[in-house]
Amino acid sequence: MSRAEQHGPLVDLGNERPQLPARARNLSPIVPRASIAGRALVAVVAIMTFLASLTTGAVLLVSASAAEWQSNVASEITAQVRPQAGRDLERDTAAVADAMRAQAGIVDVHPFTKKESEKLLEPWLGSGLSLDDLPVPRLIVGRVQPGTALDLAALRKAVTQAAPTASVDDHRAWIERMRSMSGATVLAGVGILALVIVATIISVSFATRGAMAANRPIVEVLHFVGAGDRYIANCFFQHFLLLGLEGGVIGGGLAMLAFGFSESIATWFSGTPVGDQFAALLGTFSLRPSGYLALAAQALVIAATTAWASRRTLFATLDEIE
Amino acid sequence: MVRFENVGLRYGLGPEILRDLSFAVPAHSFQFLTGPSGAGKTSLLKLLFLSLRPTRGLVTLFGQDVSLLGKDNIADLRKRIGIVLQDFRLLDHMTTYENVALPFRVMGRDESSYRKEVIDLLKWVGLGERMDALPPILSGGEKQRAAIARAVISRPQLLLADEPTGSVDPTLGRRLLRLFIELNKSGTAVIIATHDITLMDQYDARRLVLHQGRLHIYE
Repeated sequence: MSRAEQHGPLVDLGNERPQLPARARNLSPIVPRASIAGRALVAVVAIMTFLASLTTGAVLLVSASAAEWQSNVASEITAQVRPQAGRDLERDTAAVADAMRAQAGIVDVHPFTKKESEKLLEPWLGSGLSLDDLPVPRLIVGRVQPGTALDLAALRKAVTQAAPTASVDDHRAWIERMRSMSGATVLAGVGILALVIVATIISVSFATRGAMAANRPIVEVLHFVGAGDRYIANCFFQHFLLLGLEGGVIGGGLAMLAFGFSESIATWFSGTPVGDQFAALLGTFSLRPSGYLALAAQALVIAATTAWASRRTLFATLDEIE
Repeated sequence: MVRFENVGLRYGLGPEILRDLSFAVPAHSFQFLTGPSGAGKTSLLKLLFLSLRPTRGLVTLFGQDVSLLGKDNIADLRKRIGIVLQDFRLLDHMTTYENVALPFRVMGRDESSYRKEVIDLLKWVGLGERMDALPPILSGGEKQRAAIARAVISRPQLLLADEPTGSVDPTLGRRLLRLFIELNKSGTAVIIATHDITLMDQYDARRLVLHQGRLHIYE
């Protein structure tokens, strides 16, 4: 039983006991929100979340496109038949195509005709050129059945037997390069994210210290009336948690809108050189639903980071205040 | 309740401003702490409130050696002590009612359990009409009464008051002294630091006199 309960009211006014005024209530927060540089911090967190979301979204787009390229390239195998004096290129091409068809795991073999080869070289050599004047090799593209382990050594042997001037390219070099490129993009993205998160933590720490300094009289009074550090920290923490969530929702929401509109924007620019270049690099420029979920999760992580950084700074500052 | 043994205090590398203080404050006792300006009255109150740690000697509060206390223990002990400071330390963004109710709010008590008590006390100290006023528009005397009300509202076991009647007229000063005496009768040990001889003459109590850093006790 508390002392108050043991002794009854401290002051007994007897018959003069007043009617309770309507407004005498605890309405004010212990730490006023206006005393915390809220708008600036919300703006910082929103900008950081927006940048982090753009980075993550771009990384997801590039990774998805790279994975698509890789699967397209990896599902193909190309044989090349070089022309040689004394050999019939058309016959060698047909023989190599037959050898590829005979190989288990390869479906849909397509030897490029002379006309198609001319079409392939047209962007570089111009139109109206006769390939008869040039020793241009002939390509045969085969599609690998998904999930099949292709015996490359046997294929190479069969192709060389069919035409000694033929060789097989399984695109490994391309795939490796693509893997390196997408890996580098993801690494750069992670690096930028780490920098954004560190910058957020530093900004929040400064804002928290500023808020604590501005509210030092409140902290001292709370100490006087017996409040522990945990209680005092919670008074500030609630504000910072809300500010972090507000910033995270604004920044993350804007980034999601930006990605939502990016598909339309990409459509407007399609057909232009810039649009085609972006389409080649980033595909359709549209984020999958899982990508939007990742952005939402990231906004929450940044809000949680804001709250964690402020809590850590609060306790450190309270230790200094004593 | 409080025991000081050969306690000394200095700020930084400066001279010792409190020297060899040895005294006890029994439970339910009432004493005035007096002495000339700069004698160290406020510093002694801060030692009693655990805002300062002694440079040497032993301070025991509620049976606990304060040098062994962690921050959480200090917060718990402070809930048993009320303090009134010269500069009032009211929170400007809170109404008079909210300032006085703050100790209960920090304790986590439901407002309905103490609202009437806070209002009664505010009426009694003459702030019944100023409950919803913010401290910046209160007069010095009103601020002082609000600070006193906040210190006594939770009926602490030990009340420390630094010049509690410095900003009020003699009539209200007597009324506030009566409040302290009533609080003392209900079981609170009271230490009032004051220069006011008239106030001390109104109540026959033990006097702790600080002079040149040393304490003289007149029972």
